[in-house]
Amino acid sequence: MHIVDGALSNPVVIGGAVAAVGGLALGLRSLPLERIPAAGVLSASFFVASLIHVPIGPSSVHLILNGLAGLVLGWAAFPALFVGLLLQAVFFGFGGLTVLGVNTVNIALPAVLVGMAIRPLLARGSPLYGAIWGGIGGGLAIAATTLAVAFSLMLSGDEFVVAAKLVFFAHIPVMGIEAVLTGAAIFLARRVKPELFIDVKGRLA
Amino acid sequence: MVYVLTERDSPSPDPLADRRPLRQVLVGLDPRLRICAAVVFAVTVVAFDTLWALAASLVVSLALLGLSGLALRQTLKRMLMMDSFIIFMLVLLPFTMPGTPIFSLWGLQASWEGVLRAVEIGLTANAVILAVMTLVGSMEPVTLGHALFSLKVPASLVHLLMFTIRYIDVLREEYQRLRIAMKLRGFRPGTNWHTYRSFGYLVGMMLVRAIERSERILAAMKCRGFTGRLVLLEEFRLRRADLAFAVVMGCVLLALILVEVAHGAY
Repeated sequence: MHIVDGALSNPVVIGGAVAAVGGLALGLRSLPLERIPAAGVLSASFFVASLIHVPIGPSSVHLILNGLAGLVLGWAAFPALFVGLLLQAVFFGFGGLTVLGVNTVNIALPAVLVGMAIRPLLARGSPLYGAIWGGIGGGLAIAATTLAVAFSLMLSGDEFVVAAKLVFFAHIPVMGIEAVLTGAAIFLARRVKPELFIDVKGRLA
Repeated sequence: MVYVLTERDSPSPDPLADRRPLRQVLVGLDPRLRICAAVVFAVTVVAFDTLWALAASLVVSLALLGLSGLALRQTLKRMLMMDSFIIFMLVLLPFTMPGTPIFSLWGLQASWEGVLRAVEIGLTANAVILAVMTLVGSMEPVTLGHALFSLKVPASLVHLLMFTIRYIDVLREEYQRLRIAMKLRGFRPGTNWHTYRSFGYLVGMMLVRAIERSERILAAMKCRGFTGRLVLLEEFRLRRADLAFAVVMGCVLLALILVEVAHGAY
């Protein structure tokens, strides 16, 4: 899902950077001092989760779980996922530097949107009901991220249209896996710590 | 203990801070300067279009790698891993970009322009990511946070970065403990519902524990009167070596730009 330096056209790179700065500003505004430890520890756990390789047939995929990040963190998912991408680029060499803005928007914006739309539904009804909505959110976030990646490539040049389509179709199984995993994670969280998704003033997200 | 981000055995400060061998020249430089140099280099290289300038940029990045004290083999391996992600897109390009045909494969025409574009992207991506890893990735993660703060990055974003850096290793250990517990109970991952559900529960458990951990952290920080001020443990100063590096880097960039202009269609 990481786009590398040199592939995108300048307007796309600059637009992505501007949008990422705007998203970071909005995300940081919803992050008072009290909530920084929670956001930081969760950001670290999503970083660790992205190192998990899940088998699929003879191959394996690594998790992104941006939908789950949005469901748990809300707007704070934007800076949290940005930090993860920054660390991956600098220390692991995944992605790039000038495309950091585009990559952040592609991964964090779907997370935030899914969080805003679906988070209120998670605390309702039985844990299974919450898990189903969580799964829908997890799948939607990856689908939106894939579409955003394809869209960034297509905006940069017609020569990427085929690659962009392939990126989308290749990620359909990943969407399914992320949906099941997110649903199961929400199910467990509802059983173990039901108050997690009930919005109380001063709590996370 | 091996740390996730640095993959070194322990973050030991270098005792030879003033007398470094040539291989580690970059380590002694001001972290702020290294971050700025990486950004300027990346922006310049991304703007290049000619293969000569891009190839020269990759050579510059390799030279930086030689001066950074990073493990050569491991860093190059990471670079190749990134290549393995993008190789698919690069291989497609010759067939999807219109232009002068050079060869055909299974009835698909490959264009000369597409090959050039693919090589161009490959060179750019590798040159930039290698420079970023050698200039910025060679510093301690915590130093990166402090340097970003002195470069006027908002304090709350730096706090978030520092917390993430601090807890990645803690949570990775927790993850490994949970995986061992699963293994002991006979869990073997495969392509099935049980595997995906178990991994989901694993992630969910990590989240619940992370939230509870963060509550304890907040309580401990409040107890010590944390106000959100970042205390910088070291003061960054530009030394003579930093200025020398800035001048050399400036000249190198200028030379690269000249190569680009000389070979470009201007």
